[in-house]
Amino acid sequence: MGKTLAEKVWDEHVVRSAPGEPDLLYIDLHLIHEVTSPQAFDGLRLAGRQVRRPDLTLATEDHNVPTIDWDKPIADPVSKTQVDTLRRNAAEFGVRLHPLGDVEQGIVHVVGPQLGLTQPGMTIVCGDSHTSTHGAFGAIAFGIGTSEVEHVLATQTLMQAKPKTMAVTINGSLPPGVTAKDMVLTLITHTGTGGGQGYIVEYRGQAIEELSMEGRMTVCNMSIEWGAKAGLIAPDQTTFDYIEGKPEAPKGADWDAAVEHWKTLVTDDDAVFDAEIVLDASTMTPFVTWGTNPGQGVPLGGLVPTPSDFEEESDRIAAENALKYMGLEAGTPMRDVHVDTVFVGSCTNGRIEDLRLAAEIIKGHKVADGTRLLVVPGSVRVRLQAMEEGLDKVFIEAGAEWRGAGCSMCLGMNPDQLAVGERSASTSNRNFEGRQGKGGRTHLVSIPVAAATAVRGTLSSPADLVSVEV
Amino acid sequence: MEKFSTHTGVAMPLKRSNVDTDQIIPAVYLKRVTRDGFEDGLFAAWRNDPDFVLNKPEYSGATVLVAGPDFGTGSSREHAVWALQNYGFKAVISSRFADIFRGNSGKAGLVAAQVDEKVVQRIWDYLDEFPGATVTVDLESRTVTAGEGPDAIVDSFDIDDYTRWRLLEGLDDVGITLGHDDVIAAYENARPSWKPATQKA
Repeated sequence: MGKTLAEKVWDEHVVRSAPGEPDLLYIDLHLIHEVTSPQAFDGLRLAGRQVRRPDLTLATEDHNVPTIDWDKPIADPVSKTQVDTLRRNAAEFGVRLHPLGDVEQGIVHVVGPQLGLTQPGMTIVCGDSHTSTHGAFGAIAFGIGTSEVEHVLATQTLMQAKPKTMAVTINGSLPPGVTAKDMVLTLITHTGTGGGQGYIVEYRGQAIEELSMEGRMTVCNMSIEWGAKAGLIAPDQTTFDYIEGKPEAPKGADWDAAVEHWKTLVTDDDAVFDAEIVLDASTMTPFVTWGTNPGQGVPLGGLVPTPSDFEEESDRIAAENALKYMGLEAGTPMRDVHVDTVFVGSCTNGRIEDLRLAAEIIKGHKVADGTRLLVVPGSVRVRLQAMEEGLDKVFIEAGAEWRGAGCSMCLGMNPDQLAVGERSASTSNRNFEGRQGKGGRTHLVSIPVAAATAVRGTLSSPADLVSVEV
Repeated sequence: MEKFSTHTGVAMPLKRSNVDTDQIIPAVYLKRVTRDGFEDGLFAAWRNDPDFVLNKPEYSGATVLVAGPDFGTGSSREHAVWALQNYGFKAVISSRFADIFRGNSGKAGLVAAQVDEKVVQRIWDYLDEFPGATVTVDLESRTVTAGEGPDAIVDSFDIDDYTRWRLLEGLDDVGITLGHDDVIAAYENARPSWKPATQKA
């Protein structure tokens, strides 16, 4: 019997396998940031251990960093301590670090791919659940906790029970104006937040193949939001074209050898998945969340749901709690929901293609009175590229705030936070209670919906905008 | 890591599904660089409510949390496990745990006992009747027990064999893996030369 893509990559990385024990899996790339690593380095120090492979380890600062005044010392002393701790640890253990102010600094999941360090067939881990982003290249990539960070630092391996495999086949083509984000939000509402639990998911089908690498990263990024261990997409010409020429991509004969291997990284025709979900992209529409988990979503053209319409009691209670927290009335058209803040950015939607799309929609328009638009590039490179293309001017002329690179309002560990009761349309990945600031209310949206919402001040799609001469 | 064989303690019901990691401990509380002191952030958004179950005197010494399905979804932050442990919890009972939370619990020494949804409901009913009552989580026999006599709730829970063994023995994962250093080195020697590196080895 053939193997699935996930099984091929997994099997290539098994260092040791024994009955009744998890596999010992080799890790090709370990990404590190300031929040989940300090205690791991402490553990090494206490045990007198070294980082086994500093050459397979990369650190950057993203969660805590300010997106304004980033050339000044970090104002919050506790954030500063955490960032300083990473700098000390990187220096002591010989880990390559891209600190605030460095041209390669940015959200760890944006930095890896843009450096060309993220490649097909790899195993990639990071103390961050959105590590699944790197699966877009046909890598097995997943988030780990701090104890596992320490384990990887010390051994370059992880003990992992082999997950089951699932295929998510998305047939057809996305209609114009509907994006990878709408696709994955539709999927999560279909499966619920626990639907992928225990599985490595392979996204496949025409609609997936038609996505750019940026779009594929958006889909894989949110695998964790429906509970999957990891999500990945078979590498193809789109993947190879994206990687070729990147700073850390293989060169010359190494490139040829790599591509030859990468071409074998597809699910065999006779391979069997443990589960499969099939969706049709051609029926998808702009999709937004109304509740407090990413599975509580509805088409933009729909209504805030009525809790009593849910069959399961637990879903009913969850909906009641969510509507109360979100300050929404059942039956309200989603398009009538006023938004205070629009956040464009994050490891989900903070890449150059995302900023280009946002700028294209917003060009010639103004941000609505009573609404603010925050544009936060995923990395310094993305920021510089956008400025080279003049996107920053488009945003600034529209009245948006053009910021420095980092995780920013996705999780509000830095000063970019929602106030109590403030409502956002956010291109990020989680609408949990308080995620973007205590008492903040989050609607997860795509880039086009975010841009149109900024202009109209209510949840909108570009189709709702009156066209302007530009 | 401390060995865990069996634990009996006051059980606290948390009647919510999808208690995500941002509810267990919001991001602003993740800035410490130690493994302790995270109890202040535990369920921070709900703690201000005097009616929140954690604030009720009968649960002040709670060590066993009995939660709704999909507990620990979201972030990979092990701080969620530490916050529960720093507060005093030794075990969490739920019908479904998020993968990363479950993994982190096993590494840090918090028992994540997965039971049937009906068992959670029965324990909740029992705790409604007897607030402040204790529940036993026995890792040796993989059973949860609440109450006594013919009406006692006794049911099995799921935890994978390897995690159970490590918790029972109190073993350090890194130490175990370093015992396989020779196979790791052999694997490394066979890795293709075109695999990327972040710096010269």
